[in-house]
Amino acid sequence: MFNGVPILSIITFIPLLAAAFLMLMSRLSRSDGKSQIEQNAPRVALITTIAVFILSLILVINFDNAEAGFQFTEEFAWLGAGIKYRMGVDGISVLFVLLTAFLTPLCIIASQASIKTRMLEYMVAFLVLETLMIGTFCALDMVLFYVFFEAVLIPMFIIIGVWGGKDRVYAAYKFFLYTLLGSVLMLAAMLWLYYYSGQVLGEGNATTDIRQLSQLNIPLGAQTWLWLAFFASFAVKMPMWPVHTWLPDAHVQAPTAGSVILAGILLKLGGYGLLRFSIPMFPHASVQFGPLVFWLSVIAIIYTSLVAYRQTDMKKLIAYSSVAHMGFVTMGIFALNVQGLQGSIFQMISHGIVSGALFFAVGVIYDRMHTREIAFYGGIVKTMPIFAAVFMLFTMANVGLPGTSGFIGEILTMVGAYQVNPWIAFGAAFGMILSAVYALHLYREVIFGEVTNEKLIGIPDMNMREIIIMAPLVIMTILLGVYPSLVTDITGASVDALLADVTQKLDMSVGQ
Amino acid sequence: MGQFTFLFGEIVLAVSALVLLMVGAFGGSKSTSFIRYASIVALLIFGFAGVFLNAQGSSFDGAFLSDKFSHYVKALIGIAAASALWFSRDYFKRERLDQFEYSILMLFAVLGMGVMVSAGNLLTLYIGIEMQSLALYVMAAFNRDSLRASEAGLKYFVLGALSSGMLLYGTSLIYGFTGTLDFAEIAMHLEQTGNPGAGIIAGLVFLLSGLAFKISAAPFHMWTPDVYEGSPTPVTGFFAGAPKLAALALITRVIMGPFEGMEAAWQQVIIVLAVLSMVIGAVGALTQTNIKRLMAYSSIANMGYALVALAAGGAGGVTGMLIFMSIYLITVIGAFACILQMRTRDGMVEQISDLGGLSHSNMPLASFITMMMFSLAGIPFFMGFFGKWYAFAPAFNSGLAWLVVIALIASVVGAFYYLRIIKTIWFDEQAQSFVKAPVSLSFLSSAAGLLIFPILLLPFVAAPARNVIEAAASSLF
Repeated sequence: MFNGVPILSIITFIPLLAAAFLMLMSRLSRSDGKSQIEQNAPRVALITTIAVFILSLILVINFDNAEAGFQFTEEFAWLGAGIKYRMGVDGISVLFVLLTAFLTPLCIIASQASIKTRMLEYMVAFLVLETLMIGTFCALDMVLFYVFFEAVLIPMFIIIGVWGGKDRVYAAYKFFLYTLLGSVLMLAAMLWLYYYSGQVLGEGNATTDIRQLSQLNIPLGAQTWLWLAFFASFAVKMPMWPVHTWLPDAHVQAPTAGSVILAGILLKLGGYGLLRFSIPMFPHASVQFGPLVFWLSVIAIIYTSLVAYRQTDMKKLIAYSSVAHMGFVTMGIFALNVQGLQGSIFQMISHGIVSGALFFAVGVIYDRMHTREIAFYGGIVKTMPIFAAVFMLFTMANVGLPGTSGFIGEILTMVGAYQVNPWIAFGAAFGMILSAVYALHLYREVIFGEVTNEKLIGIPDMNMREIIIMAPLVIMTILLGVYPSLVTDITGASVDALLADVTQKLDMSVGQ
Repeated sequence: MGQFTFLFGEIVLAVSALVLLMVGAFGGSKSTSFIRYASIVALLIFGFAGVFLNAQGSSFDGAFLSDKFSHYVKALIGIAAASALWFSRDYFKRERLDQFEYSILMLFAVLGMGVMVSAGNLLTLYIGIEMQSLALYVMAAFNRDSLRASEAGLKYFVLGALSSGMLLYGTSLIYGFTGTLDFAEIAMHLEQTGNPGAGIIAGLVFLLSGLAFKISAAPFHMWTPDVYEGSPTPVTGFFAGAPKLAALALITRVIMGPFEGMEAAWQQVIIVLAVLSMVIGAVGALTQTNIKRLMAYSSIANMGYALVALAAGGAGGVTGMLIFMSIYLITVIGAFACILQMRTRDGMVEQISDLGGLSHSNMPLASFITMMMFSLAGIPFFMGFFGKWYAFAPAFNSGLAWLVVIALIASVVGAFYYLRIIKTIWFDEQAQSFVKAPVSLSFLSSAAGLLIFPILLLPFVAAPARNVIEAAASSLF
């Protein structure tokens, strides 16, 4: 609560209400009014999402950085039997709420021009998606978390399938079923946790409160299974090698804004889940499986970087680079030290901005030429100088050049990993070099060189709308690069508390 | 009056069925409409009689039980049957099948269900099942000029007779080895002798096999796809709802009543039925192109999920089953109200491909089908997810975690075919355009759509509803 106002619920559900309003208006209007609603839908969506952004800014400004626990908490009756509607944010989750609220209006602006059909449904899908994403980050109840986490599949399935590219149906199915299979294993683990909390806390006191569940001292044997079940879900969502194959397909087929949300927010749900569930609830299993995650991360970083280099489709290249960058996140999380955890959260925020911007950039030239083939382009710098400069910045941020936000996250996670296993840090550093290889390759092929393709001669530079989209992303990338405390100050207290909690649990002995 | 208050609802049904039959016989085709509405009223009175009178006890020396469990189940059956009768109206009129006998048959079928749910004796169990089944056989073949419908009715009858035979054989074995037909006395006998012996176990297995046929649990599911496809669509919609619940309630009564002490024996049977139903239901539906056949496999799989809850045993398991079935009934009624709206100028269509591009031409219907399918797939934000949560949660108390994992993986396979319908609606080119649906159907589909969208209802409804269902479940023990 914030001065008695349930601000988190308001932030979460405003987009859903706006979506319901749009649907209702189109139902009630006569057929000649339909096209008018179709035209106004993006405006309604934009106003709503900007309002949500302002509210989440207020949230972050009023957030007490020194307080490690959950703030703005809400608790209402819901399903009964220990399952309540619980919301709250701490230093780990509050920035993801802001990131979601920051990226969604940009997506709406971008879609106004690039989406040609069924504007109303598109906006409804995006508004519902925003509700679900923010809800996932705010939920303090396991069931509520699962409801939001899983329901994200519905609008995303529709977005990829209706407004996607040529192979959209295949990509939508693959996305849905892959993630669903991971999630149901997590659901089984959640049911077990619910049952176990009833065993420990007494019959009738079974709970799904994440805070209470984090205090349980779960036996080691069970921790292993539960950790694996949760990991199955989050690893698919992240996505980690080798369960990443849905991502390139989904990215390539999704419309620009869909890719931005997918890379910017949805992938972070996995990392956030690891921080919220796996680490605090199953610390022993997390230590036990740490080496496994490290090696998977390093393989992901090196292997997918190599794969990215060989791509001929720009979106696919960026998609593979996302998998590599999320490898840094998992590596940082399971280093289980301050630098690793801070770095992984920073990396997620930074990647949300940078990869989102890269997908927007691909969208800019795709809207003009309707192809994402790298070979089609070349020498764009001559006709699109502003675009070349902006794309340069985000390429550098993707490589992790100092001065951009990408650098901070990668260096912090590597410092964290170095303390645990220098070889892992070495592998990750090698991956950074590879990321320079593929990112600069992409940049050179598309931007520099001779204009080989006649169609590119008359291509116009970025228009006002695109500059408006890119400007905040450019500012944030540089700002976070030179002043990272903006993020680390907010996350600091909660990360310290999480580590202290984990260390304390690891010192205690648990039953087998 | 005394013991007759316990069967007030059944008496209302029986009397109105007989009176309305006379009205129909003498009034001719003009009275069809009146009979339908009178039957809907009778069904609703039947449904809520138990809840409002709240009379608990037993009639006829324990042969007919009236407790909170039977009240709750009958209320659901009454609502499901009344909705099924209501959504049949438009279909039968347009297909020129509008005969008053349909309503009467429905009343007799539901009367049989009422007896099943309240059975406290192996004889009432059998009478209830036969009364229900005979009416259902005729309903399946109600479109007697259609080859498919006649085939469906005949198939249903022959296989149903087989299952009745097994059921009777099991009953006779149990009677032979315990010397009684009464549930309470069987329970007492088993308690006194301690070891049940092979004869009673064999009897129980036969009994459960016969009942499994009625809920179309695999491996007794063979009839379901053919009967579902062949029967007139509103009849299929009825089959998928109320009879399933009645038979499940009967299974619950049998395993939680007389055979409560033999949990080890029946649990194995229930687990086998559950696993086979979930797997066959999920895999079998993958290649179906007819939406009614698909719903048949979907109902097989859903019975498997309900059996997972029952396998857990105890009041928790029964609560889980009742919550799951309540949500399933709402979804199925909604789904069939949508399927009945698939009518082009040339008549009903049943292929999934006919739904192609529905979101272009008929947005409300498209959204409701989408919601029903996501709910059946168990994707959250829709009630289907909460149904599965409550159905699977009790299994952990009985150490059946592995069964839940199988159930969840089967539900992922199941999600694939529900997604196929959604894909057809949203992603494909437009195939057919449907005629405007009558108000009765669009009302039912919207009502079901609102009910499975829990964000509107849960905080205010969930906890009280749960208390009611828990009270119903614990009245069995």
